[in-house]
Amino acid sequence: MNLNPLPDGDAELAPLAPAATLVAVTASPHAHGGGSVARVMQRVMLALTPATLFGLWLFGWPAINLFVLTIGGCLLAERICQRQMGHKSSLGDGSAVLTGWLLALSLPPWAPGWIAVLGGFIAIVIGKQVFGGLGQNLFNPAMVARVALLVSFPVVMTQWVVPQPLFSTEAPGFIDSLRITLQGPELPDAIASASLLGHTKTELSRGVELTHALAAGPAALFDWAGLRSGSLGETGALLLLVGGLYLLATGVIRWHIPAAVLAGIALPALIAHAADPERYLSAPQHLLSGAAILGAFFIATDYVTSPNTGRGQLIFGFGTGLITWIIRSWGGYPEGMAFAVLLMNAMTPVIDRYCKPRILGRQTNGQALEPKLIDNTGGA
Amino acid sequence: MGIFDKIFRQLGRGEPWGVHPDEHKRPASEAPIRTLPVPPLLYIPFSQHVGAAAEPIVHVGQKVLKGECLAVAKGTISAPVHASTSGEIIAIGPITAPHPSGLEIMAITLRSDMEDRWLPLEAIVDPLAAAPEVLARQVADAGIVGLGGATFPASVKLGLGRRSGIKTLILNGSECEPYLSCDDRLMRERADGVIRGAVLMRHATGAREVRIGIEDNKPEAIVAMRAAAAGVADVSICVVPARYPMGSDRQLIIELTGIEVPAEARAADVGVLVHNVGTAHAIHQAIDLGRPLVSRVMTLNGAALRQPGNYEVLIGTVVDDLIAFSGGMRNTPARLVMGGPMMGQVLPSPLVPVVKGCSGILALSAEEVAQGEPGPCIRCGSCTKACPVGLLPLEMNARIAAGALDGAVGLGLHDCIGCGCCAYVCPSHIPLVQAFNHAKGELAAQARIRQRNEATRKLAQARTERLEREAREKAEAAARRAAERKAQKARDAASAAPEQANSEGAPA
Repeated sequence: MNLNPLPDGDAELAPLAPAATLVAVTASPHAHGGGSVARVMQRVMLALTPATLFGLWLFGWPAINLFVLTIGGCLLAERICQRQMGHKSSLGDGSAVLTGWLLALSLPPWAPGWIAVLGGFIAIVIGKQVFGGLGQNLFNPAMVARVALLVSFPVVMTQWVVPQPLFSTEAPGFIDSLRITLQGPELPDAIASASLLGHTKTELSRGVELTHALAAGPAALFDWAGLRSGSLGETGALLLLVGGLYLLATGVIRWHIPAAVLAGIALPALIAHAADPERYLSAPQHLLSGAAILGAFFIATDYVTSPNTGRGQLIFGFGTGLITWIIRSWGGYPEGMAFAVLLMNAMTPVIDRYCKPRILGRQTNGQALEPKLIDNTGGA
Repeated sequence: MGIFDKIFRQLGRGEPWGVHPDEHKRPASEAPIRTLPVPPLLYIPFSQHVGAAAEPIVHVGQKVLKGECLAVAKGTISAPVHASTSGEIIAIGPITAPHPSGLEIMAITLRSDMEDRWLPLEAIVDPLAAAPEVLARQVADAGIVGLGGATFPASVKLGLGRRSGIKTLILNGSECEPYLSCDDRLMRERADGVIRGAVLMRHATGAREVRIGIEDNKPEAIVAMRAAAAGVADVSICVVPARYPMGSDRQLIIELTGIEVPAEARAADVGVLVHNVGTAHAIHQAIDLGRPLVSRVMTLNGAALRQPGNYEVLIGTVVDDLIAFSGGMRNTPARLVMGGPMMGQVLPSPLVPVVKGCSGILALSAEEVAQGEPGPCIRCGSCTKACPVGLLPLEMNARIAAGALDGAVGLGLHDCIGCGCCAYVCPSHIPLVQAFNHAKGELAAQARIRQRNEATRKLAQARTERLEREAREKAEAAARRAAERKAQKARDAASAAPEQANSEGAPA
């Protein structure tokens, strides 16, 4: 141990004078956990990757074009807005990419390119930037865009195709895919299809009972492995579940919202299916269809637009799931996740107002606790 | 009921509070405590504690011995300060305070004679047979304050505990702040002294038992303390999970007793008193050896230092001397901090003295500080999850940013303990706890202004009333005099009237 001796004797006898300030005055803490917004976004994207790759493979080049254009549209819209407002570019934080990514997963895989770009602009401009940018929006931007597109262009937004995996013989090549992206698909009956929820809705409205409807439907209507038609992120439900579990494990999201959303869908489905199996789909069919898994783990869990206490998140999630099931079962649209998320987004400020954590030393109503004397008469 | 209660609590409070910061305790915690040689000059401030500053009783030129009282306590909440070594008082005047402001404070400059001669010391013989008041008196005279950093005069707290009839004395050996290991070393090397201090404090407060909480990241200290406490009645060593801020009073009390101290109440209200282990050791020295508090063990740490470690340092030693002795700096630190990284204060310069409450000096590099550019809040809720009190830091910050301080108070601003967990975990690098401390200061200033305005208003009102009263009294006096004069006149007139009547009547 090398210890320096202290200077001796009359080194400096003047009282300590104020010295030049070493650093700018800063307050504690003088340490940081190292988390960042970009890292959170990266983790969510990583969690989405397996299901996305599966979806892109399943639906081929048109889906890849759609995916790229949606994200591109979001990035472009974000950049334009920030430039117009004189803000510093924050494309690097990944939030615009993630919005585009989620929107793309909720679109029909062969949707034309203009839907993708328009959707990206709606998501970023109307869904996010008009509210003041990141963290300020009341509604989930991707769902705002999806609903706006669905309401405005119902035909394009409900055109499903039979899976035609990349590199398979019937799949369109890259050049063909450009035609689809630019002009929209002209679907011959052979590849036009319906998602499970869409088909069910149509048949039920015609008075066909479920067992007949499902038996007579397109071949790959329901498939655990996901080889069926549906939106880009609908088919790989199990892979989305894996990604969702990764988010839970890394602490990016908490269990409350996903569990409550799935319960909100599954509980009424269980009851209704038991009561009338000819009229209502079963719980597994509900959970693996539409945007149930995507919505539960990736969309309803959006930090900005969901409550921030555990109890609030349970209410929010269950409401989202329940509304989804109600719209699916009785509403005019086959799928209701986007509507349900938006409705519950609107409820978030109210939920947050009434679901506050209990403060230490206080009751839930804010009154101080009664002092309770320690009882240690029994000794240590 | 029980299970539902549990589930409900789980739903309500969610995951455990607090954060697990990088400890950075090694290698500083692995080297034995080294004693700093007596420096040539010591600067001993009058105010090193919560409460009124001590009043100097020495003059420039006076020769003092080590342990001699330099300034006496003033008022009920105060503590004396003592000469840390023998030598001559060469100045009494302002020096730079060990505080971010860099303002001046009054201090005594002591030139060491390098002999380090103690004053004859008076220990208490058989203190456990002495009255608790005698022990408290000795602790007060020794100038002992809370050495965990709170610096509340220890004797006042002992007296409070006795008056409130506390049942359990908790010694805080959790040392949850990263980088610091002075309590760890103290417990490893001087466990007997700490346990002896605990026994003395139990006697002084009348507590039934002592529980000593130590975080599970200090296995050596736990072993040493268990060995020292073996066979000592009613003193138990309790291992608590390493989690910041475990060393906060309320959190430690919950962990050790399961009791929640109500808001706006004191630990003594539930029969508990919490002291730091370093304070216990100092109390042992004061009572058994008669030594006043003239030195303390503190940690020197941070990546900018060549040799981090723990040092026994005389109170009043200049931080710069301490760093030079330890081997100096590797490079210029990004921040020089007194205390731990979570709640410590930035030092304006290394030319400030070590004071009683200084548990450590950190010379942190830029990487360690990891200061980021604040971004927008994405409402991720990390701060809510981390808050050990159950507050909503993001909502409070939004209120404060909008200038709605009352809104922040409504959300529990005054329950915030300033631990810094929220700012530590924030992915957007938002200075949350800083905003809360600012708001608390702002509210205190507003309250003072209100108080002053109220006082001014009352004075003005009193003056107006006095003036009115005086005017009224004057007017009344004048009226009285006028009435008297009138009456006098009337009387005069009356007495004159008959004559007049006579005189007038005559010609008629």
